[in-house]
Amino acid sequence: MQEYVIEMNNIRKEFPGIVANDNITLQVKKGEIHALLGENGAGKSTLMNVLFGLYQPEKGEIKVKGKEVKITDPNVANRLGIGMVHQHFMLVHNFTVTENIILGSEPTKGGKINIEDAAKKVSELSQRYGLSVDPHAKIEDISVGMQQRVEILKTLYRGAEILIFDEPTAVLTPQEIKELIQIMEKLVQEGKSIILITHKLKEIMEVCDRCTVIRKGKGIGTVNVSETNPDELAALMVGREVHFKVEKQQATPKDVVLEIDQLVVHDARDIPSVNGLDLNVRAGEILGIAGVDGNGQTELIEGITGLRKVKSGSIKINGKDVTNLPARKITETGLGHIPQDRHKHGLVLDYSIGANMVLQTYYQKPFSKSGILNYGKIYEKARKLIEEYDVRTPSEFTPARALSGGNQQKAIIAREVDRSPDLLIAAQPTRGLDVGAIEFIHSKLIEERDNGKAVLLISFELEEVMNVSDRIAVIYEGRIVDIVDPKETSEQELGLLMAGGKREREGVL
Amino acid sequence: MQNLLKNERLFNILVPVISAILGMLAGAIIMVLGNYDPVAGFEALFSGMFGTPKAIGETIRAASPLILSGLAVGFAFKTGLFNIGVEGQLLVGWLASVWVGYAFELPAVLHVTLSILAAAVAGGLWGMIPGYLKAKFKVHEVIVTIMLNYVALYVTADLIKRYLYAGNEKSYRIHESASLSSPFLSQITEGSRLHWGIMIALIAAVIMWFILEKTATGYELKSVGYNQHASMYAGMNVSKNVILSMTISGAFAGMAGAMEGLGTFQNMTVLSSFTGTGFDGIAVALLGANNAFGIILSSLLFGGLNTAAPQMNFDANVPSELIKIIIALIIFFVASGYIIRVIAARFSKEGK
Repeated sequence: MQEYVIEMNNIRKEFPGIVANDNITLQVKKGEIHALLGENGAGKSTLMNVLFGLYQPEKGEIKVKGKEVKITDPNVANRLGIGMVHQHFMLVHNFTVTENIILGSEPTKGGKINIEDAAKKVSELSQRYGLSVDPHAKIEDISVGMQQRVEILKTLYRGAEILIFDEPTAVLTPQEIKELIQIMEKLVQEGKSIILITHKLKEIMEVCDRCTVIRKGKGIGTVNVSETNPDELAALMVGREVHFKVEKQQATPKDVVLEIDQLVVHDARDIPSVNGLDLNVRAGEILGIAGVDGNGQTELIEGITGLRKVKSGSIKINGKDVTNLPARKITETGLGHIPQDRHKHGLVLDYSIGANMVLQTYYQKPFSKSGILNYGKIYEKARKLIEEYDVRTPSEFTPARALSGGNQQKAIIAREVDRSPDLLIAAQPTRGLDVGAIEFIHSKLIEERDNGKAVLLISFELEEVMNVSDRIAVIYEGRIVDIVDPKETSEQELGLLMAGGKREREGVL
Repeated sequence: MQNLLKNERLFNILVPVISAILGMLAGAIIMVLGNYDPVAGFEALFSGMFGTPKAIGETIRAASPLILSGLAVGFAFKTGLFNIGVEGQLLVGWLASVWVGYAFELPAVLHVTLSILAAAVAGGLWGMIPGYLKAKFKVHEVIVTIMLNYVALYVTADLIKRYLYAGNEKSYRIHESASLSSPFLSQITEGSRLHWGIMIALIAAVIMWFILEKTATGYELKSVGYNQHASMYAGMNVSKNVILSMTISGAFAGMAGAMEGLGTFQNMTVLSSFTGTGFDGIAVALLGANNAFGIILSSLLFGGLNTAAPQMNFDANVPSELIKIIIALIIFFVASGYIIRVIAARFSKEGK
C-alpha cells in the first residue's frame, strides 16, 4: 500500500500581484488527522481550494493514492474521494437534512426522487460514524453543531475518503467542539483521512498526528505533533516567539463607568433575552462576561449600545442615563464598541479602509465642515491609524473587503480605541484570528484598561475570558449569576456556572 | 493589488463601451438578416444623430430629460434603492412645472426657476411616498413605485382635464416667462428644438456627484445603501436616509418632467400611456454605471439613437423599431458585463 493518500508537491498559485502559494508541499498519510496551520492570509484556503479543484495551480503536481491527477473542478475532487466541510455551511435552510445531502445528486426512481432510500442511507452513515443526525429534521430547526455534521454527512454520502475541515471549530461551543473531536477520531478509525485547517494550536495538540505549517504563502515544514509543543508551533507559524500568557499588572479599578440596573431586553421574537440583569464596570478594569452563546450576550450589547430597545431597567455611562437613547448619542457619551460580527456591523465593506475609519465621526470636525467632507483630513487620520495599529493594507484607499480578517479587525479596533471612549465594549474581539493578531488585540485591551478606561469583554472562549479579565461575570439565561476572580477559578468551575450550576463556596460549612 | 484596482476601474469604463459597440454590431447583423443595407442604415443613423447642426441639437434635446431620469435611477441605486417609479415622478413633475408655468405671471428668470423647483418638489414628494413606506413598514420600493407610476399617469391626466384643459387632449400652454426654449439655441442648431434644459441637466449631474462624493449626507446615504447594519451601528438614522434618498431621486425625476413641460412641449398632453423616458432612465443609468458623467454620455447615445430612428427609416428604409432592438441589445451586453469581464481577464492573462 502506498504511504500517502494525498500528495501536493511544490504547489505554486499566483494571483495578480501576489503569490498565494509558493512551493508548498503537503503530504497526507492514510488514516491520519493532518493539520494545516498558518496565520490568516497565509494561503491555507488557497491551497485547499487548489486541492478541491476551485483553483488551478501554476506549478506543482497533485497525487491522489499515488496517481498523478488533474483536479479541474470540485466534481473531479468529489469523484477522487475528496470532500470539503466548509466553514460557512452551504445548506438550504428550509430543506430537511436528507434533502440537503442529496442535493445535486438526487437518486431517482421513475423520475421521482427516492427520498426514503436516501434517508435510510443517511441514517446508516450517521450511525456508523456516531453523528446522531435526524435525517428528517429541517436545517433551520437544528443547532449549528448539528448543521456541521450534516456537512460532514454530505461528504460521506458522496463517498469521500479524504475530508477537508475548514476551521470547523470557529462556530462551535466548547461542548460541540468536544463532540466534533470524537467524530473526527471515529472517522479516522473507519479509515478516512482528515485535513484540518486551523490556527488553534490547542486543537492540533489534541487531535492531530502531523502538522504542516505555512507562513506568508511559503511551506515552512511538517512536524509530528507528538514531538512538538504549542510554543514551537506558534513560533513556526508566526515566525517569532509568541506570548500566550497575557502579561498585565494588577488592575486598579476606580469609579463605576457602566452601571446596569435590572435590565430587560427582548430578542427578535419578543422573548426576554436579558432578564433583570445587574452589572457594574469600573474605570481601569476589564470585566469579562463568560457564558454559553445565546444566554443574552448579544441582546445585552445591543441594549447598551442603543441598537435594540430596552424594555425596562436602566443603563448609565459615567452616571448619565443613556437608556434607549439613539445609538449616536450613546457613542458621543463615550462608548467604543468592537462588534461581534465585523462584516455585518463593524465595517462598510465597500467603503475604503480610510472611509471606514471615520464611520462614527465623519460628520464632526475636522472630517466635515458645514456638511462638506474633508477627505484630506479623513485619509490623513486613516494613514495615522493604519501605521499606529499596523493594519496591513496596500493603501488607505483599498476597499475594506480586500483586507484579511485580522487586518479588518485591527482597523475596527484602531477606530474604536482612537476615539478614547470611557467604556469600550469588545464582543468576541479575536474570533477567527491567529495568535499574532490575538496577542496584539489583548495587549490593546489591557493598554486601554491601564489608561483608566472601563472595558467590557464578551467572549465564548473561556481561555480568553480567563486570561484577559480582571473580574469574570457569568451570564446565564439573561442574568449575571455570579462574579468570580479569574485567579481563583477554573475552567471547570466556570463551565459549571455557565451551565446554570451553583458555586460551592469555600470555607462555608 | 494596486494593479487589480486599476483593472477594476478600467473594466468599469470598458464594459459599457464594448457593450455599445457590440450592440451596434448586432444591430448590423440583424439588418443584414432582414435584407437591409447595414452600411446605408448606419450612415443614415449617424447622420441623424450628429450629421447636421440640427441633428446635434435634437440629440442634445432628447438627452436632457434622459440625463435627469438616469440621475434619478442612478442616485437611488448608489444608495441601495431601486427606483422604478421615475416615470411617475417625471409625470407629476411635468404637470407641476406646466401648472406653475401657466398659472403665475412672474419675471422670466424667476418664473422658470420656480417652475423647475415645483417640478422637483412634486417629483420629490412622489418619490418620498415609497421611501416612507419602505422605512416605516418595510414595503419594498419596487412594488410601490410601479404602482405609483399608474397612479401618476391617471391622476395627471385627470387633473389636466379638470383644471388645465385647452382642448385636443392638451393642457394650456405655459407663459413665455416660464419657458426654457431659446431662439438662440434653436438658431445656432439650424432650427432644432434645443432648449436651455441641457444646462439644468448638466448642473443636476454635478449636484448628484457632489452630494454623493463630497458631503457628509452622501457618505451616510451610500453607507446605508451598502450596509444598513453597520450604518445603524455607527449611529446613522437608516429610515431617514432611505426617505431622503428616494426624495432626492424623485426630485431629479420631477425635473426630467420639467424638461418636457418647459422645454420641448410647453404644455402637457393627456397621456394614455407612459412616455417611456422614466424607464429609459434605468437603461441610461445601467449603461452609465450609475456615474453622473457616465449617465450624461449614455443619455447622449440613447437620445441620439431615438431621434435618428426616423431618418434611418426615411433614408435607408430600415424600420425605426430596429433602434429599440439595438438599445435592448446594448443593455443586454452591459448586464452580461460579467461575461465580458471574464473574457477580458482571460485575454489579459494570456497576453502576459
